[in-house]
Amino acid sequence: MEHRVVITGIGIYSSIGESIPEVLTSLKEGKSGIIYDEPRKEFGYRSCLTGFVKDPDLKPFLSRRERIGMHQPAMFAYMSTKEAVEMAGLDADFFENNETGIIFGNDSTAGAVVETIDKARQRKDTTLIGSGDIFQNMNCTVNMNLSTIYKLKGINLTMSAACASGSHSIGMGYLLIKQGLQERVICGGAQEINIYAMGSFDGLGTFSIRHDAPHKASRPFDRDRDGLVPSGGSATIIIESLESALKRNAKIYGEIVGYGFSSNGDHISNPNFDGQYRSLTMSMKQAGLTPNDIDYINAHATSTPVGDTTEAQVIAGVLGSKIPVSSTKSMTGHECWMAGASEVVYSLLMMHNDFIAPNINFENPDEDSSKINIVPEFREAKIDCFLSNSFGFGGTNSSLIIKKFKL
Amino acid sequence: MNRAEIIETTKRFLSEEFEVDPNTIEPENNLQETLDLSSLDYVDLVIVIEENLGFKPTAEDFKSVATFEDFYQMVEAKMAE
Repeated sequence: MEHRVVITGIGIYSSIGESIPEVLTSLKEGKSGIIYDEPRKEFGYRSCLTGFVKDPDLKPFLSRRERIGMHQPAMFAYMSTKEAVEMAGLDADFFENNETGIIFGNDSTAGAVVETIDKARQRKDTTLIGSGDIFQNMNCTVNMNLSTIYKLKGINLTMSAACASGSHSIGMGYLLIKQGLQERVICGGAQEINIYAMGSFDGLGTFSIRHDAPHKASRPFDRDRDGLVPSGGSATIIIESLESALKRNAKIYGEIVGYGFSSNGDHISNPNFDGQYRSLTMSMKQAGLTPNDIDYINAHATSTPVGDTTEAQVIAGVLGSKIPVSSTKSMTGHECWMAGASEVVYSLLMMHNDFIAPNINFENPDEDSSKINIVPEFREAKIDCFLSNSFGFGGTNSSLIIKKFKL
Repeated sequence: MNRAEIIETTKRFLSEEFEVDPNTIEPENNLQETLDLSSLDYVDLVIVIEENLGFKPTAEDFKSVATFEDFYQMVEAKMAE
């Protein structure tokens, strides 16, 4: 028997707000979370632009032992998960007695690793590194920390799939619940923003250097874009079987109806029309929908010419030119490992508050972006169903389709 | 460093590191229970001792330590070496 999969909690800690209410306001206002980060200049970054989120103070919430294994990915993830868990009406006592899994997207722990290696080099004695570093250093840091804090007893694995990590985490959780293997899974994505995390990416020369206007720097689909802006934070989505949600009388925020995925099998960094096309069509086929059923597309578009162009071609080719499209990365920057999860949160907020968040800085289309319906300003709109794309290095692609819940 | 100085110094860094009320650190109290030490925490205990007192105790050194009084005696002995 297949199970319907619904969303019962969301949480966000991002450059455009540290909670759902803050982010909702920013989405409506088209607020940018991008800053010029002076230390990057000294470090040797080509681009000093980044989305900014501050390190949260977790002392009021967690013990020393619980905090000591956390660096940015886990710290950010705790904040978004705390909000989602509370929204879902859940807590550690419930999790201890009701099997719940966690599949969280994360694909780096650069800041933690560099700090650990610095200590080891300075002290020349690994026993003086400290007991928390190993749990900060491993890529599964979010899973290790959150599963321990929340006493989770179901599936426990980290989704590392570059900039599609967050999206695949939701997709895989969806499949497990749909098949009846899990009742409930905490999904999401986390992204560190420290100076060590993005240096090698910056070195590829694909970041915007519009230093004189940080808020104008991330401009997906715009003819005059000059690259992406890295960003980070965390987003959490709690998904469960419809039976479980109804049994708990939980408020339902949406239903996942389609998950498509593919690998390009091609270049390590360049996007590929065929790979994206297959991911998108797979999600549509699985959901049993036609383009007329989709009310909004949250594009992956990162503000790089080659990436935006390919996605515009795929959207036009598969879904046509009428469906409203925006890339919330225009406001947040590219939240990388977190993006697939955060963009589902942003889209759910639009669906529940009847608006489309603007693709800010979209001033002039190019040949391909002129063929799709990009929304440059806040627009009131009724959304019953949306599609969210995420594409990552290595050619990993993920497309999710989420509908407003109807019994 | 005399006994009073050892007590004052260790009370400060132990309460800061393990986030406990300094008033709970009394000679007759059990060190592991008072500081809520798991096996992992002993790694950090060694580090704060090394940073603050300049020596690195071994697992063998902790074998005779139950109370803070035992701890102070261990510190005195190691510092006298």
